[in-house]
Amino acid sequence: MAEAGAAPRRAARPAWLTAPVILGLIVVSFWIAAALSADLWGLADPLRMVARRLQPPSAEHWLGTDALGRDVLSRTLHGARFSLLIAVVVVGVAVALGSLLGALAGFLGGWVETGVMRLVDVVLAFPPVLLAMAVAATLGPGLENAAVALIAVWWPVYARLMRGQVLEVRTREHVEAAVACGVRPARLLWKHILSLCWTPVLINATMDVGQVILLAAALSFIGLGATPPTPEWGAMISAGATQFYSWWIAFGPGMAILTIVLGFNFLGDGLRDVLDARSER
Amino acid sequence: MIGYILRRLLAMPLLLLGVATAAFFLSQVTKADPLSAVVGERQMNNPEIVAAAKARWGLDRSVPERYVIYVVNLAQGDFGTSFRTRRPVAEDIAARLPATLELVLFAMLFGVTSGVALGVAAAHWRDSWIDHAARLFALIGSSMPVFWTGLILLYVLSVALGWLPGPGRMDARAAFEPGPTGFHTVDAVLAGDWRRLGMALSHLVLPAFVLGWAVTGIISRLVRGSMLDVLEQDYVRTARAKGAGERRVLFGHALRNAMIPTLTIIGHSFAYLITGAVLTETIFAWPGIGSYAVDSARTLDHPAIIGVTLVGAAAFLLSNLATDIAYAVFNPRIEYGGGRG
Repeated sequence: MAEAGAAPRRAARPAWLTAPVILGLIVVSFWIAAALSADLWGLADPLRMVARRLQPPSAEHWLGTDALGRDVLSRTLHGARFSLLIAVVVVGVAVALGSLLGALAGFLGGWVETGVMRLVDVVLAFPPVLLAMAVAATLGPGLENAAVALIAVWWPVYARLMRGQVLEVRTREHVEAAVACGVRPARLLWKHILSLCWTPVLINATMDVGQVILLAAALSFIGLGATPPTPEWGAMISAGATQFYSWWIAFGPGMAILTIVLGFNFLGDGLRDVLDARSER
Repeated sequence: MIGYILRRLLAMPLLLLGVATAAFFLSQVTKADPLSAVVGERQMNNPEIVAAAKARWGLDRSVPERYVIYVVNLAQGDFGTSFRTRRPVAEDIAARLPATLELVLFAMLFGVTSGVALGVAAAHWRDSWIDHAARLFALIGSSMPVFWTGLILLYVLSVALGWLPGPGRMDARAAFEPGPTGFHTVDAVLAGDWRRLGMALSHLVLPAFVLGWAVTGIISRLVRGSMLDVLEQDYVRTARAKGAGERRVLFGHALRNAMIPTLTIIGHSFAYLITGAVLTETIFAWPGIGSYAVDSARTLDHPAIIGVTLVGAAAFLLSNLATDIAYAVFNPRIEYGGGRG
């Protein structure tokens, strides 16, 4: 971090770009790059047997080979695709669905609000992992079903958050002025209210990407997410757990999950410190 | 405040009914055919046997009828029969509950003590390397997949170094009379069996550490924040001006007030512990409800997984209720009611 004395250079860096945010951005960018470029490094095919089984890390296979002779490094890098994709889809849909329902509840009130918020209460009454497991077990194994289960668990958080925001913003004077000018309800909600509600939702979403990656990997680890040949991190750790003495099988994907989640947590944590004045320290 | 507590208490049955309805909905949309679980594959072509099984398990009734029966059964603690163990789910859960509670309690103990210690240290040496290290430790705690950390620590500390025993609640060959509480540590103390207590504790160390780490992070962040708030206040300055030692200021004056917001988080972190216990138990072959849930989910044993989920939701709701009430009682500045929701 720059010293406080370096005042003239302060303008060069925006206020939100603090050390944790930079660190988070670096780690997250690394994994996005890994996901996009996994095929370009001339690595072994992640799905095919390329060497002898259960080889410890070596110059040829940096992270060793698994019980089927597949290259762990290649599988770990390819695994970034599944984790990032499921996280983006789950958080994206949960934010969209939750925000929509929460905004309507806060804006319309009445039975819409009662209905939505009681449903939110019920879903939030479940411990997240257990509900995700129950939903995934209901739908059957598969990455898509795991995504649906995670969305089912996650949307109420955003509904509650968005409703609170809308209730707060709609009492402000510029909204009253807009109403007095005869602005139509849909436009009032979209232009005059929602445009002021997104900051806490986005911070929460950043924090949640890491948690979704963790939980998605956990579902795959249990056997409810990605199915066997897929190089998904949770499933790879699950396979590593059955080959207990070949520690390297689980090491790569485990470090991958740890670093990518840590990256998103640094990012979200740092952004919250900057944007949320109350916790600014 | 009494009105608030009453309203929260009255909302509980309604919430539980909502939870039960959600569970019933899940059991209706599942692809797992309950018939194939009770009728053998060969008998599925025999209409008589199928009809008898349907009548026996109530599958011939209408959906609303089944819903009412389901809710009434739940209210009486009947969660149905596990497809996998062929025993009542409630019995399975009751038999495994002490193992989970013991693990969660020790994890909570570790998480709270280490979290408070780290939080106080981070606030005292604010912006120093200690503060940064505490933040990193906390963030790692909430970023790591427990099912992997458990695996790695088990490999290093148990297999490679041999400092700690392997998975399980007790050594594989140890046979002890089951005690009255089901908590191995408490039963050992009651029986005055110190070897047994040592064994139980040595088996608890690793899973409790892995599970409690996430809680450490949450609590240390909060304690640090509220300590920094409190340390700026006049009465702390007064205490310092009167010549109170730094230790007395930190622990006697500041921490006591900083603990009020922390209380809530300790209650809410119960949710993290339930979540983590599910995965930690799998890695450590811990015979609790977490590993039961995972085994049930793996075999698509629907009644069992729903039963665990319902018990988890009830525990979750009760702990949140208790926490909120405790918070209302301890913090007179908070006023409830009036506002919506």
